[in-house]
Amino acid sequence: MKGLLIISGLGILAMLAEIFKFKKLLLPLVLIGIVAAYAFNFMEWRNGFGISYFDNMIAFDKMAIAFSGIIIATSFFWFILANDYFEEDSNLVDHFALVLFALVGALMLTAFNNMTTLFLGIEIMSIPMYVLAASKKKDMKSNEAGFKYLIMGSFASAFLLFGIALIYGATGSFDIMQIRTYISANADHLPMFFYVGVVMMLIAMCFKVSAAPFHFWAPDVYEGSPTLITALMSTVVKTAAFAAFMRLFLVGFANVSETWTGILSVVVALSLIIANFSAAMQSSVKRMLAYSSISHAAFMLMVILANVRSNISVDAIIYYSLAYSIGSIAAFGILYNVGRSGGEDISAFNGLGKRNPLLALCMTVAMLSLAGIPITAGFFAKYFVFITMIGTSYKWLLILAILTSAVGAYYYLKVIIAMYFKEQDSELAVPVEKSNSLVIIVTTILTIVIGVVPGFVAEMFKY
Amino acid sequence: MLTALLIGFPLLAALLVFFVRGNAARNLALGFSIIEFVISIVALLQFKSNPDAASLKVDWTWVQSMGIHFSAGIDGLSILMVLLTTFLVPLIILSSFKNTYSNAHNFYGLMLIMQMALVGVFLANDGFLFYVFWELALIPIYFISLLWGGENRGAITFKFFVYTLFGSLFMLIGLIYLYNHTNVEGLKSWAVQDLYAAGKSLTASQQSAVFWLIFIAFAIKMPIFPFHTWQPDTYVNAPTQGTMLLSAIMLKMGTFGMIKWLLPMVPLGLEKWGATAIGLSVTGIVYASCIAIAQKDFKRLIAYSSIAHVGLISAGILSLNQQGIQGAMMQMLAHGVNVFGLFFIADILWRRTGTRDMDKLGGIRSMNGNFAVLFLLVVLGSVALPLTNGFVGEFLLINGVYQYGAMTAVFAGLTVILGAVYMLRSYQHIMLGERKDSHHAFGPLASSDKLVLIIVCAVIIAFGVYPKPLNDIAEEATKIVLSNLK
Repeated sequence: MKGLLIISGLGILAMLAEIFKFKKLLLPLVLIGIVAAYAFNFMEWRNGFGISYFDNMIAFDKMAIAFSGIIIATSFFWFILANDYFEEDSNLVDHFALVLFALVGALMLTAFNNMTTLFLGIEIMSIPMYVLAASKKKDMKSNEAGFKYLIMGSFASAFLLFGIALIYGATGSFDIMQIRTYISANADHLPMFFYVGVVMMLIAMCFKVSAAPFHFWAPDVYEGSPTLITALMSTVVKTAAFAAFMRLFLVGFANVSETWTGILSVVVALSLIIANFSAAMQSSVKRMLAYSSISHAAFMLMVILANVRSNISVDAIIYYSLAYSIGSIAAFGILYNVGRSGGEDISAFNGLGKRNPLLALCMTVAMLSLAGIPITAGFFAKYFVFITMIGTSYKWLLILAILTSAVGAYYYLKVIIAMYFKEQDSELAVPVEKSNSLVIIVTTILTIVIGVVPGFVAEMFKY
Repeated sequence: MLTALLIGFPLLAALLVFFVRGNAARNLALGFSIIEFVISIVALLQFKSNPDAASLKVDWTWVQSMGIHFSAGIDGLSILMVLLTTFLVPLIILSSFKNTYSNAHNFYGLMLIMQMALVGVFLANDGFLFYVFWELALIPIYFISLLWGGENRGAITFKFFVYTLFGSLFMLIGLIYLYNHTNVEGLKSWAVQDLYAAGKSLTASQQSAVFWLIFIAFAIKMPIFPFHTWQPDTYVNAPTQGTMLLSAIMLKMGTFGMIKWLLPMVPLGLEKWGATAIGLSVTGIVYASCIAIAQKDFKRLIAYSSIAHVGLISAGILSLNQQGIQGAMMQMLAHGVNVFGLFFIADILWRRTGTRDMDKLGGIRSMNGNFAVLFLLVVLGSVALPLTNGFVGEFLLINGVYQYGAMTAVFAGLTVILGAVYMLRSYQHIMLGERKDSHHAFGPLASSDKLVLIIVCAVIIAFGVYPKPLNDIAEEATKIVLSNLK
């Protein structure tokens, strides 16, 4: 909770920076603030949890704190990556404030306990993202991305709101614990429109995590937005949306699981197939990463499916988000640096193995991690998913996941092959700023460390 | 401790080699791999004197909550495979002395990492650890083939990688399935013995599913017909040293895996599907031999001959009797050495004449008599003439397959005849006949090349004449395997 407050404070501070002229100090201040937020978050982890605030509107239990930790840590890396990106822009402070408020929304989503907080969180997170997606004002594609994101996002929000209203009508409460109790008490005579409400919320959440067939906005938005904003979308926003998804359905609607598990399993299957095959056909690395993020979304949704009955090992999803966020930050950071000189097409990576061996090595690790090859973090993430899935009745999804993983290896390897095998006409070195290369190296090392000693992380999330 | 050293030492060596430049990297890698060989000899001696010695086992907890241990140990089968690996890696490095590779330090570093992963695969006693090493072995060889391979290497290595990854993922699911059925005082366990017990507790149809999930991974790695399509292109296009690693050692991961990680887990599954698998193996023998006969490219011919040999090994293993499995172990060793020798000879020919097309070669014997003799010895070893190392294994294998079924043995036995046809014919094409203009200057061998060939030939003859030391270990190991089957 203190983390949430600190980051809200930082957002307001950022807006003041223009007036009181401490723009130069802003980045250090934000970084210090984020570290402080992380520290408080960590202390709450140590000192006990489950404290609820504002009439149980928001509650930081262990799961919320774990997700918040991932989000705060990712954003820390992100701000370092983005430092020079902001400097080019005249509206520096606006961007800082927008990103920070998006973070506030993300943190709320991890800890909501009430449908209103859920809606608030989603809107607080999404509205700044709409603006940020369009933040390259003169670029047609960026404008398109922002516009598309806004329309689609509003559409999903409308669904969400409608769903909330229907469920409120049926149960008489916004509180997810009370809804849960009501469902189990009145399981036999829930009105039809309650189920409609659940399905509408499911659709809205699938929009937000960009699972097929509600994914059509994602590739265009990811491609059109500035690379670093895409990085933010595919890490922080995605993690938060998942945390919300999981809490809503595993806590709130666990007792009506037969209403939504069937739909969700079809969504997962479609996401796996569409995302992987589409990703394999992309020539733009950014678009490829966008589709691959849909496939990772499907993996995380599988864990939700697997845990419906048992509700025990959500640590799989936490580990997966962590591994995926770190790998993505590295991949997008590299893409950002390579893209500045050569564009985002896969040919921009040609010969990177010679032009900047260190960057190529880091990209290799990131790609191997996203593809799930040992001994990277991504491998254990996949392994945890497999192990939670194998005891369930969704073995067909597991087989599908394996088949599509092999397709996944195809497009990740394409980048590696381009870096080491394809020749580049120009022998231009790829310059990387010190702070950027620091982030890339640190996240690469983390990817391997978490892969070698997964116990350290896995043990942390046991409860 | 010794086990951990065997796995850890190549890794440390590799990390050092990555930071050395030029020829020093090569020499350093050779030195380290010889030290590794010495360590494995020490392990062999210890194993001989006391197979249950504590120093041969290591068991550290890796991920407590999931029962994953870094657990590795030496037994009869694994010491044979480790010896093969540690014996061949120095030779492979030595064989590269006449090739020049750009960024040699990376090349040799990757090779040592590969050795680490291979030794890890052979020693792992924990299902999860086995899988990790299994996958880890893929990465260095992928980069070796991609960075230093021949033309069109991008597409070919890619097919290789995706194909094997695909199989491995199925194996992972099979292993996880078994893991989920383990029960050691209420906890799940990855230990190999617990996985055996879990597998045996399954019903016949469950065991069949597990059998196929795991078998496909091994079948792709070996490869067995019809999972072999990645292999010829990959072997031909990889740099010679990469091909040697692939064919001489990495292929044995599949056959080794079948003996240790498949047979004892699914006896009922084997009962049901063993015949099909043997059928595939034998089909592969005949099929690959026939294609080998039609090959003009010498390296591709060896690649196909390798499919034929490994088909026989697999059939022997699946026949589930003493002779079959023991023969498979012996043949795994012999094939490793012989195929290494053959690929090395192909490399020498390529370096000196610039061609691997057998029609364009000829009459080399008259230019270099020593080379002709050494080449002939390797050829004889690989067609399994008595008193060469190939004979023991092949004899036992055919004997084992015969006990399984006489007709199967007839078809499997074709490998001997067809093998003789294509090997002797290729020798005749390359070494005998008229001298061709393209290689008029086939001078004497370089000393490093000569050394490697002499060592190989010495091993071929020594273990053909006196196979007892290895055979004794294989016999004991087979007995343990068979007792695990019950």
